[in-house]
Amino acid sequence: MSDLSHIKADFPILSTEMNGKPLVYLDSAATTQKPVQVLDAMDDFYRTANSNVHRGAYAIAEDATNRYEGARARIAELINAGSPAEVTFQRGTTSAINTVAYGWGLYNLKEGDTIVLTGMEHHSNIVPWQLIVRHTGAKLRYLPMTEDFLVDDSDLESVIDSSTKIVGISGMSNVLGTVGPVEKVAAAAHAVGAIVVVDGAQMVPHLPCDVQTMGADFLAFGAHKMLGPTGVGALWGKPELLEKMEPFEGGGEMIRDVKLYESRWAEVPHKFEAGTPPIAEAIGFGAAVEYLQKIGMDAVREHEVEITGYALKQLEQVPDIKIYGPSDTSKRGGAVSFTLSDIHPHDMATILDEQGIAVRAGHHCAKPLMETLGVPATARASFYVYNDNSDVDALVAGLHRAREVFGVS
Amino acid sequence: MSVEELYRDVILDHYRKPRHPGEIENADAKVEGVNPSCGDELLLTLRWDDDTVADAAISGSGCSISQASASMMTDKIIGMTADEVRELVGRFKAMMTITDGDPGIDPDRPGAALGDIEALQGVRKFPVRIKCADLAWTALEEVLTQHSAA
Repeated sequence: MSDLSHIKADFPILSTEMNGKPLVYLDSAATTQKPVQVLDAMDDFYRTANSNVHRGAYAIAEDATNRYEGARARIAELINAGSPAEVTFQRGTTSAINTVAYGWGLYNLKEGDTIVLTGMEHHSNIVPWQLIVRHTGAKLRYLPMTEDFLVDDSDLESVIDSSTKIVGISGMSNVLGTVGPVEKVAAAAHAVGAIVVVDGAQMVPHLPCDVQTMGADFLAFGAHKMLGPTGVGALWGKPELLEKMEPFEGGGEMIRDVKLYESRWAEVPHKFEAGTPPIAEAIGFGAAVEYLQKIGMDAVREHEVEITGYALKQLEQVPDIKIYGPSDTSKRGGAVSFTLSDIHPHDMATILDEQGIAVRAGHHCAKPLMETLGVPATARASFYVYNDNSDVDALVAGLHRAREVFGVS
Repeated sequence: MSVEELYRDVILDHYRKPRHPGEIENADAKVEGVNPSCGDELLLTLRWDDDTVADAAISGSGCSISQASASMMTDKIIGMTADEVRELVGRFKAMMTITDGDPGIDPDRPGAALGDIEALQGVRKFPVRIKCADLAWTALEEVLTQHSAA
């Protein structure tokens, strides 16, 4: 196994207790824990350089700007962007997708056009497009799922056709763990002149990503699912599209000139960063990326394949369990959804909570997918760099306890 | 805090064998209860006979706490007058309020005992689950409001 055991010590919360038991944190698909390196970067900013960015004429303001822009450069490097200017700071994945929906979709879609999404999207890559449909008269279409919990890419041309202007696809499902067929779908989209918006909320934290080869025109992701703080995320876009795209939010920071009745925008990426940005959070984001780069994204992926494989093997042995997601670890990440007998996922989460184990229960902000799966809710355990096989063992023991409490035999 | 306090046998029994499942025909009231954060959904249908609950049923899906609470509630309110239902809802809400004090249940008063429903007291120790127990009762409050307005 790729040995990442040394890094657990970097995460203060992982040595705390929950309900009197050592915390077993298995909810990283919801949000990840933060290493001291990230906490320190943010704390140090507030203690030694706090000031607004791109404004001040004094030394600490320049320091703040440098740290903020340094974070942008780090993030650009992680995804192999052509330049840091291709990375715009957003509040998170959701706001990044909304920025494309309202900045590009609103201005470029009309009646008769279609937006194609997949059957495994998070609400954040569904609802913004539903809103844009209301404004533009365009229609939504969906790529179906296969029985094996994969996006059905066998007949893309029947869904992605000349009417298609935007294709939105999750790079990795937060429910199934399924890796989205981004490259193949992007090729079909580009063949008909559509742009491709990749929801990278789960993909960027868990897979090596290269925007030069992925086929994305836009890539949205958030810091807090990759060891960084909440409240900040990034939207990468192809430079020519960022130039053409309109800003979603207007205000300070994003302008070149303002007159009473009209304004001109600042250069990309600042055009998309209205108002004072979450500066400390962006700096924390940069520190998180640096931390992941030190581990190496290949090692992150290798560790995830190993722990997910172990988890699937152990979980399959729990009687009456049903796992929703691909069994082939090469096609999936570390979010493992399951149900157990007639024990409702919320009840399972409560019983696991008593054991100090944090899992998510519910629809995971993916109600259309839950409908496809035919269940109102699942329990979900999700892994990240700081988890190891002992966490899986604790989960399995917790599930046996749930069976006992519910009298399932 | 032990989960056994939460998952009493009577709760699991109502969860697995809800007493008044489905929808009743010719309902006077139909109120949905939805918990968007967890996805629990139920539909309360109820028929009045003048001022008395003639029949009530619950359909939908959710966790054992929301389902058991709904089942116990329907079982209890059938045959009650609107005022009695109102009093019951008040007592239930008081029981679910997180206080260390007495939940205010007086077993000597006629109709005061919550009966099976008292098994849900354990939920108070699991604050995140109170909204599960409340779901059907919030729908019932809406039914009462509609009934008063009619």
